[in-house]
Amino acid sequence: MLSKEQIAQRIAKELKDKFYVNLGIGIPTLVANYIPQGIEVEFQSENGILGMGPFPFEGEEDPDLINAGKQTITTMPGAVFFDSAMSFGMIRGKHVDLTILGAMEVDQNGAIASWKIPGKLVKGMGGAMDLVASAENIIVAMMHTNKQGESKVLKNCSLPLTGVNCVKKVVTNLCVMELVDGKFHLLERAPGISVEEIQAATEADLVIEGEIPEMVF
Amino acid sequence: MINKKVDNVQTALQDVKDGMTFIVGGFGLCGIPENIIAELVRLNVRDITCISNNAGVDDFGLGLLLKQKQIKKMIASYVGENAEFERQMLSGEMEVELTPQGTLAEKCRAAQHGFPAVWVAAGYGTEVGEGKESREFDGKMYLLEMAYKADFSFVKAWKGDEAGNLIFKGTARNFNAPMAGAGKITIAEVEELVPAGELDPNQIHIPGIFVQRIFQGEKYEKRIEQRTVRQRV
Repeated sequence: MLSKEQIAQRIAKELKDKFYVNLGIGIPTLVANYIPQGIEVEFQSENGILGMGPFPFEGEEDPDLINAGKQTITTMPGAVFFDSAMSFGMIRGKHVDLTILGAMEVDQNGAIASWKIPGKLVKGMGGAMDLVASAENIIVAMMHTNKQGESKVLKNCSLPLTGVNCVKKVVTNLCVMELVDGKFHLLERAPGISVEEIQAATEADLVIEGEIPEMVF
Repeated sequence: MINKKVDNVQTALQDVKDGMTFIVGGFGLCGIPENIIAELVRLNVRDITCISNNAGVDDFGLGLLLKQKQIKKMIASYVGENAEFERQMLSGEMEVELTPQGTLAEKCRAAQHGFPAVWVAAGYGTEVGEGKESREFDGKMYLLEMAYKADFSFVKAWKGDEAGNLIFKGTARNFNAPMAGAGKITIAEVEELVPAGELDPNQIHIPGIFVQRIFQGEKYEKRIEQRTVRQRV
């Protein structure tokens, strides 16, 4: 099965030339490390920066230059700063082409649960609800099962929702799936992972058509 | 030029009272009005309803108000950095309204710009939508979100002039810009306060019309929450 880095690497293949991309915290931030050769993308951070760059070298950290995960960052040439209302205006107005975010659960109705475990983890939704409600293209990056080994790809989410009708493509440590007409379609297997293993880990309806190829990196 | 300058934070906050609603700028610890927060702690203003994207960390930013139990209700989008916040919330000691970040920004901007409410898609179909009016536009569902009503907006900027004009630096801009002018009275603290005429009108981010009082802040700590670096190859 894939590591977090490999999930990010596979998702990076979905980046298209001249895309503006928003990366959620967790696995999605790693996508920035695997931008395919020959394409230009610009990263938007919802706290008010387009043209986000890599982390600074030690000693060059600037407290006024952070990303949405509150980490110190740098800027790329052509970067720009703006306020939070404008930032979400870019997102809401579909000017950001692709959103990549993590999830605790996804379901075949297209819902995502990513922000709350009642009574235990109630940190808040941040920008996740805005992103899933507005984005044209969303890719969910997550582990296929949780720490208890239970499927996170469900018929119906059990956890509080982040959004409805928003799941399209999902990349997990086991596979790549796409939600079409209320069913997940299996597109690719992680190297060395069988269709049966993926089916066993998936509670939702999973459509398997023909030979399912292994992911190519 | 209409002069908005006040000498210090004490003068700026002289009419702040218990039970008020404050809109507070900053994202995490970035761009927070440090001097105003310290003064609110010193004054021991209580039963505050606080609207801000985050709640600081346990020992800095709005976390300082939390520690003294000065906040009755918090409206925020993410409070994960503050263990005391989570504790007060889960125990029921403090009322919390978790709001999507973009919606929070837009409810401030709506107040700033005189809109009573805005139609927003974020949160439809989730618990955020409960109890709210909803409507379809072109096949998509939206929630009616009300503009915030607050007694004060507290914002922080990099530079300001005595006319109240503000310039922000980097990602310290964040919510400060849409919050200026959202509350009945806006107080701005700046790292550098200059006479009117010194700032280039082309470079100003927020016009002084949205600011009622401005003062020169001092001793900014500008704490970094997640110092993250990369290795030199």
